[in-house]
Amino acid sequence: MNTRVVEWLGLKRRAGVHPPGHKALASGKAIEHVPLPESVVLPLQQHIGSPAQALVKRGDEVKVGQKIAQAGPGFCSAPVHATVSGEVKQLLTMVSPITGDPVAGVAIESNGEDEWLECVPADAEALSAEEILARIKEAGIVGLGGAAFPTHVKLSRPPESPAHTLLVNGAECEPYITADAQLMLEQTDRILQGIKILMRLLSVSRVYIAVEDNKPQAIERMRRAVSESDLPGEVTVSAVEAKYPMGAEKTLVKEILGVEVPEGGFPTDIGVVVQNVATLAAVTDAVVEGKPLVERVVTVTGLVSQPKNVLARFGTSASHLIEQCGGADPRADEVIFGGPMMGIAQPSAESPIVKSTNCVLVKSSDIRVEHGCIRCGRCVATCPMSLMPLMFVNYVKAVDYEGLIDYSIGSCVECGACAFDCPANIPIVAYVKVGKAELRKREAT
Amino acid sequence: MENANRLILSPAPHLRGRASIKRDMYLVVLALLLPSVGAIYFFGLYVLLMLATGVAAAVLTEYVAKAMRRRPFVMDGSAIVTGLLFVLVLPPRTPLWVVAIGSIFSIAIAKEAFGGLGCNIFNPALAGRAFVTLSFAGSLGRWIAPTTSWLADAVTSATPLGEGFVTTLTKGGLYKALFFGNVAGSVGETSALLILVGGAILLAFGLIKWQVPVFYIGTVFVLSWLMGQDPVFHILAGGLMIGAFFMATDYVTSPLTTRGKIIFSVGAGVLVVLIRVLGNMPEGVAYSILVMNAFTPLIDRYVRPKPYGYAKKKERG
Repeated sequence: MNTRVVEWLGLKRRAGVHPPGHKALASGKAIEHVPLPESVVLPLQQHIGSPAQALVKRGDEVKVGQKIAQAGPGFCSAPVHATVSGEVKQLLTMVSPITGDPVAGVAIESNGEDEWLECVPADAEALSAEEILARIKEAGIVGLGGAAFPTHVKLSRPPESPAHTLLVNGAECEPYITADAQLMLEQTDRILQGIKILMRLLSVSRVYIAVEDNKPQAIERMRRAVSESDLPGEVTVSAVEAKYPMGAEKTLVKEILGVEVPEGGFPTDIGVVVQNVATLAAVTDAVVEGKPLVERVVTVTGLVSQPKNVLARFGTSASHLIEQCGGADPRADEVIFGGPMMGIAQPSAESPIVKSTNCVLVKSSDIRVEHGCIRCGRCVATCPMSLMPLMFVNYVKAVDYEGLIDYSIGSCVECGACAFDCPANIPIVAYVKVGKAELRKREAT
Repeated sequence: MENANRLILSPAPHLRGRASIKRDMYLVVLALLLPSVGAIYFFGLYVLLMLATGVAAAVLTEYVAKAMRRRPFVMDGSAIVTGLLFVLVLPPRTPLWVVAIGSIFSIAIAKEAFGGLGCNIFNPALAGRAFVTLSFAGSLGRWIAPTTSWLADAVTSATPLGEGFVTTLTKGGLYKALFFGNVAGSVGETSALLILVGGAILLAFGLIKWQVPVFYIGTVFVLSWLMGQDPVFHILAGGLMIGAFFMATDYVTSPLTTRGKIIFSVGAGVLVVLIRVLGNMPEGVAYSILVMNAFTPLIDRYVRPKPYGYAKKKERG
């Protein structure tokens, strides 16, 4: 059908939702260095892939930036570094703040000195592609937008499918979070330097920097910095509509480039490399300064006295950060790592923040009674992946796994837009997770 | 935080929107208030008794049915919507016992027997209407002219779509009467204007898609014109307006996707004209929607959005 006819008939889908932003809480708050915690607990799996293998034992003295666990077997893994200097107190099994599953961890007691292992700077221009990749891998860099996919894996392009576009993700579409926005304002140069390094590494000349239009200052700052920079090629700062989940990789690729990533594939399959702004800043640190990834900007917000954007070491407990923000409101009974749409509820405020934790959201619970589906079709209308989320609920309830496959459950990115809009309060994403887990189990046997 | 080590663990998303079944249903009730009040104005206080009977019977039946099925009863407003809609499509002097029985049938058989809200195949109000039409035809035959005095005795009158309808009005005068509600007809169908205002409320709150009434009414207009009928008369007379805005838009019994809704609406529009012009019944709106309700699962099976990145020739392992 003719596209104009399709649009007139209202058949062109306007997917996504507009949750209340709540960004004003921490918006514009300068990134603050908080006092280091007395101890940190570092899970050895903070990324997608195989867990890292511990290199230290109880009683070892470690310095900041020292590798305490090396990348696990297989290509897709990332090392973990000490984030405080002091003594290894314990090798333990802990609850993963990401999956809730048991995972190996290392507890380090700080000696309060913050002694760093010496970083080896390098001239980024003089490094070869292999050397750049090695430095990124050794620094333990993973996607800091939330998914924590090892960055060196994403950047390793086989020669037969080269990348043609670098898409820089500064959309930050989750409510409450302002970490990336603040980073774009304060550390524009680090981000641009990261872009330059990746442009050379991937030999791409086309770059888009996507920022949601609810961050006009960040857009302005990035535009000015790009025009003043010596970046080669064609670099465009694109203001995209503030709409959830604009910052999801596949949504952003479609929005900016007008193409869809094949089902079951990644943007790299069509020559597009998507990198979050915070990841790019970390790439700069790793490649230029030789500094491993030990800290990140975290928005601590919600029901805390003074919401802030803080620079926090991994392994720091949420309670330590909440304390630095003036403590939590007595009404609060939930701590979420990440944003309210996709973030993970923590069992305890002692949970340590990890590489993917862009936000510590303190809130009061809003538990609602689940009703039966009334087939209103809102989930179908909002799904950014053009799926029919209610069918996943039906088929999971009916234990019909063929149905799940038929309706492309694998394409679901679990953004939660459907559940946000569901009048029956059905936790659709929870059903999807059950369905996916059952399918994995069935595949394994 | 009272107890930082015993936090609530709930699945994402942790933020929920404003939508709720209750909100949806009571907004529909709000949109139906105008046609209901209009009906009382046009056909007298007896209509108020009918509305009260219909709604009370619906709510009570749902309560009893839930108790029998050992399911929690939730006053979500859906039974009120069904009760109101059912009465609005009845003749204005329907005996109250017929109103009650029809309303009970709507909820008990058309809705709860299928599993309750969200599981029914047929629009409960229309299923109830079809049931009383078949069972108590004699009690429904008395159509009256709108009255200006609320308690005055009603004058029996033929409906515009019925046989033996004669009018002294000019064409323009008849259109005006149909639009503002000055003709004999079902309780809530008589004034197109009041239904349009109610429909505008539904559209404004995003509860219905404009495509449904536009394609439904549009199809009736075009097809009746092609068949040599008066298209303006056909879209203003009978229950088309209330059907297009309040019945064909029912979430539960209509397709999920916009494409599916358009197919549903066009199909219902074709059926209305065929029944009215070629069939031996004066009105076809209720049956057109009920027939399309039956097609809804089929439409939903085949009319689906194309998943993001979906390739046509996909191999499934």
